[in-house]
Amino acid sequence: MKGAGLRVYTALYLVFLYLPIVLLPIFAFNDSTVIAFPLGGFTTGWFAELAAVEALHAAVLTSVKIAVITALVSTLLGICAARAAARYRFPGKSGILGLIMLPLVLPEIIVAVSLLVVFLQIGLPLSALTVILGHVLICTPFAIAILNPAFQSLDVSLEEAAVDLGETAWGTFRLIVLPLVMPGVISSLLIAFTISMDEFIIAFFLSGSDATLPVYLWGQFRFPQRLPVVMALGSILVLLSVLLLVLAELARRRGARRRGALDTGGFL
Amino acid sequence: MADRQRSGSGRGMLLISGPLLYAVVMLAAPMAAILVFSFWTQDFLNIDTTPTWANYREAFSDPIYRELMVRSLKISAMVTAITVLLAFPVAYFISFRVRPERKALWIFLVTIPFWTSYLIRVFLWKVILGYNGVLNSALIGLGVIDEPLTLILYNFNAVVITLAHAFAPFAILPIFVALERIDRSLLEAALDLGETRLSAFFRVTLPLAMPGVVGACLIVFIPTIGDYVTPRLVGGPGGLMIANMIQTQFLKLNNAPLGAALAVIAMGIVTILALVFLALNRRFLRGRS
Repeated sequence: MKGAGLRVYTALYLVFLYLPIVLLPIFAFNDSTVIAFPLGGFTTGWFAELAAVEALHAAVLTSVKIAVITALVSTLLGICAARAAARYRFPGKSGILGLIMLPLVLPEIIVAVSLLVVFLQIGLPLSALTVILGHVLICTPFAIAILNPAFQSLDVSLEEAAVDLGETAWGTFRLIVLPLVMPGVISSLLIAFTISMDEFIIAFFLSGSDATLPVYLWGQFRFPQRLPVVMALGSILVLLSVLLLVLAELARRRGARRRGALDTGGFL
Repeated sequence: MADRQRSGSGRGMLLISGPLLYAVVMLAAPMAAILVFSFWTQDFLNIDTTPTWANYREAFSDPIYRELMVRSLKISAMVTAITVLLAFPVAYFISFRVRPERKALWIFLVTIPFWTSYLIRVFLWKVILGYNGVLNSALIGLGVIDEPLTLILYNFNAVVITLAHAFAPFAILPIFVALERIDRSLLEAALDLGETRLSAFFRVTLPLAMPGVVGACLIVFIPTIGDYVTPRLVGGPGGLMIANMIQTQFLKLNNAPLGAALAVIAMGIVTILALVFLALNRRFLRGRS
């Protein structure tokens, strides 16, 4: 309970949390084909090698395509759900929202196999499209969780004023509501993009021949000589996702400030 | 406010219909389909749709499935206990010791590792825990041990450590939210009335934080049971879990119905355990939403 002890413990905990990420660039620049200590010399060769792998470029392209569409669709569904949850009362509300949020706790393998069964039975070929269908399902709850505070803290009287002054329902939404929740929308887009880019299990079951980046990475783990290149790729991925997260966090904070809400933080 | 909300019931239904339809078609229907599917049988590529209990009989009678299921539950329970115990002090520190304007930054700091490539993170635990790994080299370098430790990779322990790392933010966030809701004046009152800091913690803070702790336990326990990547990469043969068997049945052995039955059984057990856990903790959850 003492302040100092707790501080030291939290610091150690952060070391535990960040240990794998800190090691990643160390091995990415390490001039040895073995991922272990002691280290060899310094090299940027593994990064150079990334440029030459065509299967990797195809996987990156597939993943980006899937992630962009997933981010747009799940954020759109998230806006509808968060708006409905914040503003309206309707029969079966908590049950409906519970079902929509369920993928947040459901093991991903359950989602993956149940979709696989359905797609195979109705004869929908496995491709980037089937991955998108699965990713939208798991990203929508995150989008709702991010958008909810934005819609909850909206002042209803602003909308009423707009309606009283002759604005249509759609006009009110576009001119009053949307600008106020925009930072939340951006944050949701970025988070959904990040989740989709990183998701493995659903893509593993549903991608067919359209391998995504994590599916490609998984294949590389089998070849020990490819691992330093994987470390280099991982370093770039971590750097990019941290960048996206910082942007998402900044957007979220700006949104909280704009609505005058107290910022207590956190995506979830 | 209430009137205003009620008047928009139709519009609310219209707005929610999109996300609801998606969840019904892509979640509820497939879950129902897998339940039906688990009563069918497969002979190489031909699916026989005559309903039968055969898959369930096999799943419950073959010791390998029972062992994998029990092991998965054990691993999940251990991961949950360790993750929540380790996370509580961190959540407490952020809620009670960090200045209010810095809290968001701390929560952000704690969640960042969670958002970086899951596959790469798990793989790096293999590097850390391995025979020539970071941990062994460090311990030998420090003179703590002479021989590399072998009990930390390709087994049960490795899976527990790696999963405890992966689910850390899931445990910290709900506990943090519950701690934030505690009215600080209650603690002052407890101290004024003669409680020590320690007894105030156990009699005021902890009971009020329990909804967060219960939430954290569930949000770690349920997804952990279905983890595929961690047991596959760091578990070795003694650390495999039920998800690995489900994948094998679906993609390698061409026995999807048996895989479906295993998935249904796993979900059934998890749901029952989650409900029992909630019932056991209902006195902490009563009167709060």
